[in-house]
Amino acid sequence: MKRLLIGVPFVWLFVLFLVPFGIVLKISLSDIDLAIPPYTPTLEVSDGWAGVAAFFSALDLENYIFLTSDDLYWKAYLSSLQIASISTFLTLLVGFPIAYAMARAAEEWRPALLMLVILPFWTSFLIRVYAWIGILSTEGFLNQFLLWTGVISEPLTILNTNTAVYIGIVYTYLPFMILPIYATLEKMDASLLEAAEDLGCSRMQAFWLITLPLARPGVVAGCFLVFIPTLGEFVIPSLLGGSDTLMIGKVLWEEFFNNRDWPVASAVAIILLLILIIPIILFQRNQQINKEAQQ
Amino acid sequence: MKRLSAFNVVSLTLGFAFLYIPMLILVIYSFNESKLVTVWAGFSTKWYGELLQNDAMIDAAWVTMQVAFFSSTLATVLGTMAAYVLVRRGRFYGRTVFSGMIYAPLVMPEVITGLSLLLLFIAIGMDRGVLTIVLAHTTFSMCYVSVVVSSRLISFDDSLEEAALDLGASQFEAFRLVTLPIIAPAVISGWLLAFTLSLDDLVIASFAAGPSSTTLPIKIFSSVRLGVSPEINALSTIIIAIVTVGVLTASIVSKRQITRRLQEEAQAG
Repeated sequence: MKRLLIGVPFVWLFVLFLVPFGIVLKISLSDIDLAIPPYTPTLEVSDGWAGVAAFFSALDLENYIFLTSDDLYWKAYLSSLQIASISTFLTLLVGFPIAYAMARAAEEWRPALLMLVILPFWTSFLIRVYAWIGILSTEGFLNQFLLWTGVISEPLTILNTNTAVYIGIVYTYLPFMILPIYATLEKMDASLLEAAEDLGCSRMQAFWLITLPLARPGVVAGCFLVFIPTLGEFVIPSLLGGSDTLMIGKVLWEEFFNNRDWPVASAVAIILLLILIIPIILFQRNQQINKEAQQ
Repeated sequence: MKRLSAFNVVSLTLGFAFLYIPMLILVIYSFNESKLVTVWAGFSTKWYGELLQNDAMIDAAWVTMQVAFFSSTLATVLGTMAAYVLVRRGRFYGRTVFSGMIYAPLVMPEVITGLSLLLLFIAIGMDRGVLTIVLAHTTFSMCYVSVVVSSRLISFDDSLEEAALDLGASQFEAFRLVTLPIIAPAVISGWLLAFTLSLDDLVIASFAAGPSSTTLPIKIFSSVRLGVSPEINALSTIIIAIVTVGVLTASIVSKRQITRRLQEEAQAG
């Protein structure tokens, strides 16, 4: 019984999660070939040990050397890191005041407010990104509105720029930032603030000295929850970004589907994973510390 | 709790306006007569009519529903098993690898998951189609189910299960009669989460789908790349309506259950 319970999900994940990674790693060391499948070498088990030896000796780091020699990939990795960092910061700026206000709202209002934050999260991601195309385009609603109010006299170009990518990321990932911050602020003891004010703190000082440090675990968790998925984001840069918006998820997609260079696409994937390992480990550690602090 | 300051009220108003106005515009302009999406030309439901005539869209919607149903059901079974093993079964050989494989897909970029699964399907010579999309979706959504179910399993008292075992229930009976009813809300919300994740997925489905099996997000993406279209607005409105009704119903039902449980506990006490 126990074996079955462990075995079934274990085998499933082993075959459909771990083994595929081995294959990606292997193909990243292979060469592109005009064949089906379009890479070489393929393992010839029928040749016995000679086949296995020939297989391993044909693997090399050529694709990785290619990635370092071509500017495109370096720039794509750096620009992904930059876009992910800036948009995480912007999401924090937008999300914190909302989470803070939610935590200060009367208790009977909170479930409804929480529902309002969660509802967009259940709605299709693709549709939420799509909604911004109509708003940000040259003849879109934002430009119509700004022209009508007289703030601008010429329509702004926002769609197909990095600005549109930032807006799209903040919009779609906002719930991931609000929810963990709200969760820490909601548990905060309000009497701490009263004590601080009784001891002569101004409201602003109390916020900086008490609320903010106590909200830190939520802020850190929220930032990672936005930063990690944004780094490999594909949909937002390809729908809202322009041709000069470089993000590694998009590069991988184009390398695979447009250039059909599977070995290079696999090498891009492996490097993206290596870059992601650091924030993921930091995130795990943060969650662990929070858990221990709660107990 | 103190009253909300003016700053709090402003941030809530602006925040929710930011979250909801884009979707509201989409819904309003799906009833626009004009083909030009950003120019209002009178009320019309003609785009809904055209959507119903669009056989390719309907086929894609049908494929998407099938994939979502089968993958979320499979993912719920596998994810619940995994959660039960991780929370209840203590130490076993390979536990670290096992829990690593449960958490890793949650933070994995979709492009990498999709690419690796496609390379697997090709390496074993599997034809891509509905089945491969179901396998791919089950793999990542079972991890979400497992996280949702484990949080419920951790919070409930395992002495209840031990009592059932002491009273002569088999392990399977103890699970079915004691544990399952208690974790049922988490299992259901895990299923719902898996279902929506599958409905929504573009990237992994694009890698796992063959030429003959197109899902709705793949269809939407390829048409949206060419620009905004009123038909997609109509489709988006239908999806938003279904999700809103679904989420609200689910939350009302679970709220009722909680109040009923509290009442029962009050009576028992």
